[in-house]
Amino acid sequence: MENFLNWIMLNQQIIYIVILMIFVGIEVIGRVPSVLHTPLMSGANAIHGVVIIGAIIVMGKAQTDNYLALTLGFLAVILGTLNVVGGFVVTDRMLEMFKGKNKKK
Amino acid sequence: MAQILTLCYLVASVTFIIGLKMLSGPATARKGNLVAAAGMTIAIFGTIFLYENEGVKLGNYAWIFSGLAIGGFLGTLVAKKVKMTAMPEMVSLFNGMGGACAALISLVEYNHLSHEIQLSGIETGHTGKVIIIALGLIIGSVSFSGSMIAWGKLNGKIKDFSFAGQNILNMILLLVALLGATWLVIHPGNMMYIYAIFVLALLYGVLFVMPIGGADMPVVISLLNSFTGMAAAFGGFLYDNKVMLTGGILVGAAGTLLTMLMCKAMNRSLRNVLIGSFGGNKKGLAAGAQEQGTYKEISISDSAMLMSYANKVIIVPGYGLAVAQAQHACHELEKLLVDKGVEVSYAIHPVAGRMPGHMNVLLAEADVPYEKLLEMEQANDEFKTTDVVLILGANDVVNPAAKKDPDSPIYGMPILEVEQAKNVIVNKRSMKPGYAGIENDLFFQPKTSMLFGDAKKVLQDLVTEIKSV
Repeated sequence: MENFLNWIMLNQQIIYIVILMIFVGIEVIGRVPSVLHTPLMSGANAIHGVVIIGAIIVMGKAQTDNYLALTLGFLAVILGTLNVVGGFVVTDRMLEMFKGKNKKK
Repeated sequence: MAQILTLCYLVASVTFIIGLKMLSGPATARKGNLVAAAGMTIAIFGTIFLYENEGVKLGNYAWIFSGLAIGGFLGTLVAKKVKMTAMPEMVSLFNGMGGACAALISLVEYNHLSHEIQLSGIETGHTGKVIIIALGLIIGSVSFSGSMIAWGKLNGKIKDFSFAGQNILNMILLLVALLGATWLVIHPGNMMYIYAIFVLALLYGVLFVMPIGGADMPVVISLLNSFTGMAAAFGGFLYDNKVMLTGGILVGAAGTLLTMLMCKAMNRSLRNVLIGSFGGNKKGLAAGAQEQGTYKEISISDSAMLMSYANKVIIVPGYGLAVAQAQHACHELEKLLVDKGVEVSYAIHPVAGRMPGHMNVLLAEADVPYEKLLEMEQANDEFKTTDVVLILGANDVVNPAAKKDPDSPIYGMPILEVEQAKNVIVNKRSMKPGYAGIENDLFFQPKTSMLFGDAKKVLQDLVTEIKSV
């Protein structure tokens, strides 16, 4: 129990961030019209591509003789970039189609 | 330098929130996407050039930049080339990439940790780190393999597959993986266990998505999307990296809510989707097939006649329209009818196509005005006064069994009540059942006429025919 309480105290910043972000995530999405569900899912998909930062750190920290870390890290960077770039481009292409319509309005 | 990086991450986190917010309004959506992308770019380059771990900067720049270049090139190429109809599976594919990325990070970090333990000989004091690594690995792997299966299902390469006791096997797999993770926490350092967990989690992802019917894939992709968000957040814990944490949790929470919203649109619970009535319910299938009666066909010229002399026509688009890329032909038909004084609108079921909003995106591409798209409740009020309903490759979303037949796998799903209209014309390629694999009574009703053929071809023929009327 004491360990647990200590853990909460040490990590309180992170715990606050997690809780607040959960509410922000829910609030932000809550009022979305169903028309935008697909682009929104796609956009969110691109945002979780932020995992690429972890891949870059792993890659950058890998010792030059640790081939396992180098190979896996390299793969992780490629896959993460695919997620980010592909995600944003696909979303943009979807939303491009809404643009013409909004101009007319 | 670390101060500037902190600022970069702060800016990026804020752009993610603003971007997501803007994405939820039609007028700002595109800009929102760009805002988030800009934030991501700042975070990525900030990390590359400014990141320091205990005073040591990152190395291996050649590897990092070639990885970014390869991924960026492939990503842009694939995303630019993909057809609008294939968008949903594209989202699934990219989601899988993110999941795999998170899993690989966990593997490498564990590798580092096991080296450290071997050098120092101390097994204790890594509990928190190992838990985070193991959870990141499991969630990331499930998200990856699940997304790959969802991708395969959406483009028709993988068929539904289930066997008795599959749910139990799945539970056991997950339990074993979690037990393995617990073992890892107690005895860290051995690479064999982490590979075993990796394989188990991959297998679980496959078996988890395998039995779920194609019609439910949007829900599954949305769920896996939020999984990847959580996996990214675990990466944030691991490196005490605030931007990964905020981005990951944001998507995790938003994705979960979006999943709920989608389930709600189908009037089903998430549990019902996952444990699955689509895959397992063979009874509804057999019963539907027996009731098959006779249907009547209608010719292009008769349909053209019927529509041009109608007062009000409602078009119900479905996946068939998307496959045939018939949205432009559809818009042309609509304009032609409007010129003839017919009132035309579109009825959009929330889950028509393969993803919520799929039809809206397609019709928007063809410049169909926003005001012409009716949502389900609106449309159901309108059908009573409608002369002709033209169904283009939609099936399950207009199946009356959802209202009448408690045995049907889609029972309880709100549908477009097209039967209330005076005439119903159904365009399909054949009498084959829709994606949920069940028969549709609507086709055998007296007021329904079938118009077989590829949606695009049929629409073009209709346009020519109506012009000559």
